[in-house]
Amino acid sequence: MGTEILGADDVSRAITRISHEIVERNSDLSQVVIVGMQTGGVWIAERLCENVNRLSESVVVPLGAVDISMYRDDFSLRPVVLSAPTDIPVDLTGRTVVLVDDVLFTGRTVRAALEALNDHGRPRAVQLAVMVDRGHRELPIRPDYVGKNIPTHMTDEVSVGPEGVIVTAVEQ
Amino acid sequence: MKHLLSTHDLSVDDIVGILDVADHMAEINTRTVPKVPALRGKTIASVFFEDSTRTRLSFETAAKRLSADVMTFMASSSSLNKGESLRDTIETLSAMGIDALVIRHKSSGIPQTITQWTDASVINAGDGWHQHPTQGLLDAYTVTREYGTKDSLQGRSIAIVGDIKHSRVARSNIDIFRRLGAHVVVVAPPALLPGNIESWGVEVRPTIDDVVADVDVLYMLRMQLERMDSAIVPKLPEYCATYSLTPERAARMGSGAILMHPGPINRGVELIVDPADVPGSRILTQVKNGVNVRMAVLFSLLGSGATSTLQQGAES
Repeated sequence: MGTEILGADDVSRAITRISHEIVERNSDLSQVVIVGMQTGGVWIAERLCENVNRLSESVVVPLGAVDISMYRDDFSLRPVVLSAPTDIPVDLTGRTVVLVDDVLFTGRTVRAALEALNDHGRPRAVQLAVMVDRGHRELPIRPDYVGKNIPTHMTDEVSVGPEGVIVTAVEQ
Repeated sequence: MKHLLSTHDLSVDDIVGILDVADHMAEINTRTVPKVPALRGKTIASVFFEDSTRTRLSFETAAKRLSADVMTFMASSSSLNKGESLRDTIETLSAMGIDALVIRHKSSGIPQTITQWTDASVINAGDGWHQHPTQGLLDAYTVTREYGTKDSLQGRSIAIVGDIKHSRVARSNIDIFRRLGAHVVVVAPPALLPGNIESWGVEVRPTIDDVVADVDVLYMLRMQLERMDSAIVPKLPEYCATYSLTPERAARMGSGAILMHPGPINRGVELIVDPADVPGSRILTQVKNGVNVRMAVLFSLLGSGATSTLQQGAES
């Protein structure tokens, strides 16, 4: 019973636009690393990385993935489900990391990811790219690149994939 | 799942689940800072009534890499020497606020008994001849990752050589290896085989020469020299002639076959060859994997809320 907010074309266009914004904002692309958050952010990070590498010609921007399940602050509140392991191909010290996730909600996952990234070096800067910002932040975290801002209720479910973005209202 | 007392408590899904979590831990252990905050605020006590080097240090390293606090209890320097009972000792430790007790004891079943006296999770780190579940898990991890078959040992043949009867390692390993699909062969003199070996679902062969060239994994057990005097074992030179891995036998191991040993090694007894000279030796890999797997066990028991990763595996 969900509402489709973005279609497959809209998602593709958003990824293309964010790719250009990444190139525009980072004059030295050789220092950039794109890191997807397991598991929802990984496919978006892959496509951003492909695009950025096509736009940049000479530089190859590395792609990584980060699993944050060991860094969550809510172990005692919910079961931990492990995704695929972390794979950070380079030392992040001095690099600009573009951290990628599908949905930005409370900000707690991003907080955990920032802590996880720090265990792989000290990045010069971390930028945040998300397909959907649905609001309801519980921490002082904001995205640098957004596919679409979507106002939601706290209990709505938001699903993001290459085929589109669907918001489903869940009755309490 | 609250405790880890025996491999028999684990379903195949549980075993595969723990080995998957161990892959995450392996990645953490390759980092320059191999530490994550997963068990921050948890306290783990290692309570060893029997000597140990690698198991105790492996558990303590695992706990520290997950940011748990670790207490070490040494029976030899404790109030047990003043006559305090085991139960009082455990209740005293538990009253300090412990989340998990890692227990080694010379008597079978003690970890199970201890669960009645504490609210903490109890992890069996070896009890008598009975079980050593984390050894079984880390050995299964070593073999599956060696051959790149994540959740199965189907088609692998594994020979376990030595004192099967008195070995908790053999009991845990045979159970896990078989349930993951491996063909298990045991090689031992009749006096060192348990009476009910027929019911273990393993093949029995009389000498190491029968298996050395054919198996994927040659698993040498430690000869428990302390039992040598009790006349149940043939004379040492006789034993070595039939059961030890010599340089000549090691040379006959299949290409791609691996050598494993739970440690500590009796050089010149079960291993006459220097393991450093055996290209397939994975003895130090086992030690390294031990930290990954014990981190996975601690995380699976303590790292989660109402439902642990293990329970989910059991339900699915």
